[in-house]
Amino acid sequence: MTVSGRESRAGLLFLLPWVVGFLAFTAGPMLFSLWLSLTHYDMLKPPAFVGLENYREALADDRVGTALWNTVFFTALHVPSQIVLALGLAGLLRRAGRGSGFFRTVLYLPVMTPPVALAAMFLLLLNGQNGAVNAFLGWFGFQGPNWTTDPAWIKPGLVVMSLWTVGSTAVLYLAALTRVPLERYEAARLDGASPWRQFRHVTLPGISGTVYFTVVVNTIASLQVFTEAYAMFFGARAKASAEGDAALFYVIHLFQEAFGSLRMGYASALAWGLFAVIAVITVVQVRLSRRYVHYEGDRS
Amino acid sequence: MKRVGVWAGLLVVTLAFGYPFWWLVSASLKDRAHVFDNALLPRPFSPGNYVEVWQAVPLLTWIGNSVAVGLAAATAATVSSALVAFGFAMFRFPGRGPLFGVVLATMMLPAAVTMVPVYLEWHALGLATTQVPLWAQNLFGSAFYIFLLRQFFLGLPREVFDAAKVDGANAWRLFTSMALPLAKPGLIVVFVFELKAAWTDLVKPLIYLREPQLYTLPRGLKAVLDRFGEGGEEQWELVLAASVVATVPMVLLFLVAQRHFVRGTVTQHVE
Repeated sequence: MTVSGRESRAGLLFLLPWVVGFLAFTAGPMLFSLWLSLTHYDMLKPPAFVGLENYREALADDRVGTALWNTVFFTALHVPSQIVLALGLAGLLRRAGRGSGFFRTVLYLPVMTPPVALAAMFLLLLNGQNGAVNAFLGWFGFQGPNWTTDPAWIKPGLVVMSLWTVGSTAVLYLAALTRVPLERYEAARLDGASPWRQFRHVTLPGISGTVYFTVVVNTIASLQVFTEAYAMFFGARAKASAEGDAALFYVIHLFQEAFGSLRMGYASALAWGLFAVIAVITVVQVRLSRRYVHYEGDRS
Repeated sequence: MKRVGVWAGLLVVTLAFGYPFWWLVSASLKDRAHVFDNALLPRPFSPGNYVEVWQAVPLLTWIGNSVAVGLAAATAATVSSALVAFGFAMFRFPGRGPLFGVVLATMMLPAAVTMVPVYLEWHALGLATTQVPLWAQNLFGSAFYIFLLRQFFLGLPREVFDAAKVDGANAWRLFTSMALPLAKPGLIVVFVFELKAAWTDLVKPLIYLREPQLYTLPRGLKAVLDRFGEGGEEQWELVLAASVVATVPMVLLFLVAQRHFVRGTVTQHVE
């Protein structure tokens, strides 16, 4: 056998686990799911082919509409607030000098907290009567809302809670900030640029690749939000429906249809609907990025 | 003057991000009447909450399950992802580029799309109510880790490997006795990331685990929340004590492996 033939064989052998896994847990299931989405399947009787019936039902289903609206609304609040806060924290950390290690730890520890523990904790911290968040707002004369029971405030409450885990994004931005050459700031200062103009014309272009990456990744993750909301508002003892509906996110609805009602075909159609929504939003973001994102060196 | 502003800002940040932890630990040590009082120190001091929740639910079993599942998941992910990453980094073969493109593309695939069919696969194998689905998929590599480790292997000096090849070392020897030791920092990143992911995951345990004896800690904690929390018996001090028990191992893991977490987070973004 030739040297390159041997090399090919060795390389492919190393890839074997991934190839098997890809077929068994990604490509296969995708095809399977596509087929299932065209059937009624409850795991008791064999799948019955129904064409596009599930998709038609999903489009007409009020709960799907609610779930989709909740999810998009949450994402539209969550992603920008995460990014603005993370940027601010990274800027602050950059100026912390020798203390930055300690503050990085402070910011990162919430990321390590299991989401279910986080959910239990914030059910009380956000409590409308005597929660610490409203007590804090009270110091400034604000009457805080009922974050965990008022349907209008449940999603903003979840966003507030999510800000506590902004640390990983802030650490990413800190790393990006340290890569912006200091000479650029000096040059800008010599030109008499204000701090805002320096941020606008030096910092932002310098880290736009990282910001763009986090926008895309956080958006995709946010559209699949599940754990904290499920732990807080769903489960063995579902709460009153008004509250539940305000926190009914798309993947929660999908999960309930699949594993609560055992409507496997319908849930598969819902999954493809989510896939389509995420794909469209990601494509739009990629298009926009071509206008606003500056990469260092490697793109010409 | 400016430094004062920076330090004031950092103080606010520390209080804002540290306070919920303080509150959690403090409230978990308060008695039922005082859980909601927001007092900084628990008075009266009720460490008995921990004993009570320990007796009410099988916390030790859940911790054991989480440790077992976490170690299996992390070990499987590290070994298999390293194999695949080495394959991509070290060998030339037809289709390598497109295949790696597929690996990257799977990172973008929403987990919800494969949630139902993968469950049906495990069901068909008779394993749908066991802990196997919680870790076994990791035996086949995971896209982000493959990407991360490939970067590591590409960063190793090629000449060393070429020299060893000339000396007659086969691909497996190159992998086990040269690449793996050199890539240790990367392997640790993958291991601790996956350990954390497995330790905190609720979705898979919700789908697969029926028997409370098989629950991992997050699933157990959800059961505690359902039973003692809102809509339940309103014994929040027990929920909070169990939450502390679930959180402490992760905090310790972070303190031990801090730089690996930060490194992993930063490598997440390589253009």
